[in-house]
Amino acid sequence: MAQSFSSSASDTAPAGPSPDIPVPPGSVGFVAPQFIPFDDPLPLTSGQVLPSYELAVETYGQLNAQRSNAVLICHALNASHHVAGMAADNPKDVGWWDNMVGPGKAVDTDRFFVIGVNNIGSCFGSTGPASINPATGKPWGAAFPVLTVKDWVLAQARLADHFGIQKFAAVMGGSLGGMQALGWAITCPDRVAHCIVIASTPRLSAQNIGFNEVARRSIISDPDFHGGDYYAHGTVPRNGLSVARMIGHITYLSDDDMAAKFGRNLRSPSENGEFHYGYDVEFEVESYLRYQGEKFSSYFDANTYLLITRALDYFDPARTHGGDLAKALSVAAAQFLLVSFSTDWRFPPARSREIVQALLKNKIPVTYAEIDAPHGHDAFLLEDPRYHAVVQGYYDRIAAGLGLPGRARTAGVLA
Amino acid sequence: MSALSMGPATDRNGAIRADLAQIAEWIAPGSRVLDLGCGDGTLLAHLRDHKNVDGAGVEFDDSRVIAAVRRGVRVIQQNLEEGLALFDDQQFDSVVLSQTLQSMHHTEHILREMARVARFGIVSFPNFGYWPHGLSILRGRMPVTGEMPYQWYNTPNIHLCTLKDFEDLAATAGLRITHLAAFNGSREVRLLRAWRSTLAVYRFESPARGARP
Repeated sequence: MAQSFSSSASDTAPAGPSPDIPVPPGSVGFVAPQFIPFDDPLPLTSGQVLPSYELAVETYGQLNAQRSNAVLICHALNASHHVAGMAADNPKDVGWWDNMVGPGKAVDTDRFFVIGVNNIGSCFGSTGPASINPATGKPWGAAFPVLTVKDWVLAQARLADHFGIQKFAAVMGGSLGGMQALGWAITCPDRVAHCIVIASTPRLSAQNIGFNEVARRSIISDPDFHGGDYYAHGTVPRNGLSVARMIGHITYLSDDDMAAKFGRNLRSPSENGEFHYGYDVEFEVESYLRYQGEKFSSYFDANTYLLITRALDYFDPARTHGGDLAKALSVAAAQFLLVSFSTDWRFPPARSREIVQALLKNKIPVTYAEIDAPHGHDAFLLEDPRYHAVVQGYYDRIAAGLGLPGRARTAGVLA
Repeated sequence: MSALSMGPATDRNGAIRADLAQIAEWIAPGSRVLDLGCGDGTLLAHLRDHKNVDGAGVEFDDSRVIAAVRRGVRVIQQNLEEGLALFDDQQFDSVVLSQTLQSMHHTEHILREMARVARFGIVSFPNFGYWPHGLSILRGRMPVTGEMPYQWYNTPNIHLCTLKDFEDLAATAGLRITHLAAFNGSREVRLLRAWRSTLAVYRFESPARGARP
């Protein structure tokens, strides 16, 4: 257990509110990360050891005296510890799950102490491939160890120790974040009371891995990649990363969603409405994907993209149990909430139902909502009121079970 | 899924409806119960609070799922027409299908599925043999009564039956009927149930495993 613990929200570095920018109702306000060093080597699934590491963390709300009201939010591929609120140094930078987490929101920071953590291997402040390798004094680059979901869980468990949290009231995540929540229930069963798994899967399909592989090849075959040591060459494999993001982005949206957003609209047709008969941007959807790819490649690290897509590929808790997910989950002691979205073809409802079935087989309490929403995989980040009502209702029951006070206000999606 | 209009599941004093109370009475304390079409979770919450029952519900309707979650009832959102593939053989002690059978397409299939997942099944449905229904038909009209308030063209009730009809189907599926209770509104009916009741509640025992037809 860490000694440097403080039980107030000021555990996140205090952020002076900018007086000229109002804090919207339901927002945790201005936030800034803290960076927590861990000097004990972390043994990894691959057999390698990460000698030391740092985690970027934000926290919201107050940890209660019993330390029973803590919620860990795990992020997916391209998100970070900045889950909620406005970054103090850039108020336009709103947390990636700000619609879910805040005072009066579904994950109610009036009552819960919420931790957002950036995973190791990422590129938003925690130790990753772009960090300096203490052994060489140069960026890790290609030498950064390959990580798994289990490695992340073990690193997060040390973070829980740091805060003096023996057991999380809930560990929650969407997509890859949901895999981490599931990983918690399997790897640290006595340290998580409720496991909340949204738009996730117990394993990637061949199709999922296929998309990841195309994304990785795109990065690796970019001449600016330099075998992963592009930092030393002063280059960034921006084209490869951009194409990787374009591919990924398609898988986050539903066919209907893309049809509604873009259809076959032309970007800027010729004067007579004709095609240009060339290979530059013709359709709106091309322009959108290129923009998304280019934006992404300006802030995301290519090695991190490789690492995280690989962690996705490797996740398969049933693998060491002869493919039997129920056996893998038999150690779980948490109660579960699962949510899936009907038009999510990346991790479709059938994958969540597999988890539900495996939990039922083990007589593990499970609630499952299948939201008929049009927005594909991305729906888990969006504001469907039914989805938020399920999550809010579930958290309110967790609060009741812990003897926390009732909800003082309702803000955000359900207000 | 509930396609009847029995009014709220609890009265002003929070007491549950007579038919649900009867169902609860047939369920052993501390047992495992699956409630198909669990609605807002009233029955499961009652069983949890009064009989220490470990329950799970299946419900398709969004708002009812949300209501059940708010009650702290464990609910799985699914269309019952898709069957009970999520559930293992004999995973529960009792399985309940309350006021839903008559609106299902695969009536016989769901009964067999119930027998597969639990030892005891409880089914309730509106009694089409209720005598005013016959009178209505004699007058040349489809019956529209308090518990079946729909017109012929908008009713979700596609498989209406009488008590005898149900008993025949149960026999075909190898289900041994152990109990019957019949209600007219909130009153239990004991005399001439086949004519005087509006709602029938049956409890059956599933065929022994391996002996299923």
